[in-house]
Amino acid sequence: MARAVSTRRTIFFTIAAWIVALIIFFPILYTIITSFKSETEAIQGFNLIPSGTIESYIDVQTQKDYFKPFMNSVILSVGSTILALLISVPAAWSMAFSPTNKTKDILMWMLSTKMMPAVAVLVPIYLIFRDFGLLDSRIGLMFMLMMINLPIVIWMLYTYFREIPGEILEAARMDGASLWGEIWYVLTPMAVPGIASTMLLNIILAWNEAFWTIRLTTTNAAPLTAFIASFSSPQGLFWAKLSAASTLAIAPILIMGWFSQKQLVRGLTFGAVK
Amino acid sequence: MGNITLKKVNKSFGETQVIPSIDLNIQDGEFVVFVGPSGCGKSTLLRLIAGLEDTTSGTIEIDGRDVTGEAPAKRGLAMVFQSYALYPHMTVRNNIAFPLKMAKLDQALIDKKVTDAARVLNLTNYLDRRPGQLSGGQRQRVAIGRAIVREPSAFLFDEPLSNLDASLRGTMRLEISELHHQLKTTMIYVTHDQVEAMTMADKIVVLNAGNIEQVGSPLELYNKPDNLFVAGFIGSPRMNFASGQVAAPFNAHTIGFRPEHTQISRESGSWAGVVGVAEHLGSDTFLHVHVDGIGMVTVRTGGNVAVEHGDKVFLTPDADRIHRFDVKGLAIR
Ligand SMILES: Nc1ncnc2c1ncn2[C@@H]1O[C@H](COP(=O)(O)OP(=O)(O)OP(=O)(O)O)[C@@H](O)[C@H]1O
Ligand SMILES: [Mg+2]
Repeated sequence: MARAVSTRRTIFFTIAAWIVALIIFFPILYTIITSFKSETEAIQGFNLIPSGTIESYIDVQTQKDYFKPFMNSVILSVGSTILALLISVPAAWSMAFSPTNKTKDILMWMLSTKMMPAVAVLVPIYLIFRDFGLLDSRIGLMFMLMMINLPIVIWMLYTYFREIPGEILEAARMDGASLWGEIWYVLTPMAVPGIASTMLLNIILAWNEAFWTIRLTTTNAAPLTAFIASFSSPQGLFWAKLSAASTLAIAPILIMGWFSQKQLVRGLTFGAVK
Repeated sequence: MGNITLKKVNKSFGETQVIPSIDLNIQDGEFVVFVGPSGCGKSTLLRLIAGLEDTTSGTIEIDGRDVTGEAPAKRGLAMVFQSYALYPHMTVRNNIAFPLKMAKLDQALIDKKVTDAARVLNLTNYLDRRPGQLSGGQRQRVAIGRAIVREPSAFLFDEPLSNLDASLRGTMRLEISELHHQLKTTMIYVTHDQVEAMTMADKIVVLNAGNIEQVGSPLELYNKPDNLFVAGFIGSPRMNFASGQVAAPFNAHTIGFRPEHTQISRESGSWAGVVGVAEHLGSDTFLHVHVDGIGMVTVRTGGNVAVEHGDKVFLTPDADRIHRFDVKGLAIR
């Protein structure tokens, strides 16, 4: 009896989960579908079956070079992630292992910077970038992306490090490990899964960041987000081409996400399950 | 060698003073047990000796050498933690080898020592497993293995058995005692378990609120407690106490008598009482008797006593086993 009930529950939850997943995924799916339509098909209204033409992709490729923004996206997301880790690993470490009574406040303060709308600082940051000659430079943008993701990265790492029992580090100290031995042999292996999923998440966030990447670049440093945006103007909307560009832009991250989903799920549900 | 001396050791965490001032000498090869109620500072004292906490003032010497400011590893001590604190990502072999690797011994020697330790601790078949794949008792043995390969001058144990079930605790207790006889190395052992303290210790240190109440062998503490605290803490079931009218004839402010040193009779005795709950353990029976003017008195009798709830009985403490205490709670001898 109990078994029957639990089977029914499983079926119910499976169906519910599929429905929710489809609703969430639908915009992406429809973008992909639209990208395989011609421009005339695309403006004809809702239609789930595309003619399967790849003319939009060809148009996109001939109008704009995909490779350069793609490389920029890779460099910016990976570079900003490495920068962020260089800063956040020691920061999260010290907050997790030798907290003071201000640690919680600092964490809250860092998170609070994420609550401010980005537009609020658009003008000052634009001016700083202009005056330092950082507009449309990869270095400037990498730094910017690092800064906006830093609070989340530090929070995630802090939570991971906190889960490592202090007694294990004390045991290492008793066993004669130097500070570096402690970090290298004990802490790092235990922290690597956490660092890895933080890294993945940060790459995705940086890859998808559209507000600053579009506003602070023109051509040289423009990543895929700017590449998509360039198809929505100024000669009017071309739905099929826009969709093709979007599909090209999200494909790499979608593939990466697919292959690393285990890591990601663990990363995103951290703290929820012990 | 493992001669450890604490001189006026004081420890405060910020404003809270946890250990006011402790002087203690531990001889080489002794098995010393720290006991006391929860929060009395046993772990803190052990961690001070280990070097995991810094003393606020006072000095700690090991074999005459002042180690107060030294890092834990330099002190040559090994510690076994309550949570075992094994490295989860390493195999049992690497866990045990870790301190040797840190000491940069050569691999052949490391392998030999690990194999030897594994044999002593019955871990040979588990060397390639991870700690997560072991039972609690096996994990504890790995933690002990990691401690013994270093050949430390003293072992520090912080409630190492408290996460194990009762029967395993009994076995491990014997194993640790056996290990002490084999190695003859100083061991300092923190517990709040009466039985562990009494059965394992050469010397028990009774702590209360960061102060040493008494130091002595298990039987010294049992037979001659210095004060009310020790009298009440050592021994199970707890010693019975009576004061006022009852204690006056003995020229004491308070008298104490143990449940096992109290005779029960239906006909006559010093105090009359009514039997309350009787706890039958098979070998023994603990009777809780209500006596006017004293309160609840616990009496330990043989396994087959024929008294029941509500029966009227008489109690008589063994005259030469009565402990007398003054107003301050100190023993009168
Ligand atoms: N890091 C710390 N900061 C502040 N107070 C502490 C700290 N560590 C311990 N204490 C306090 O010191 C006192 C003694 O703690 P300790 O852990 O030594 O007790 P214990 O005798 O080992 O207790 P238990 O039997 O419960 O393990 C406690 O009151 C505790 O709250
Ligand atoms: Mg403790």
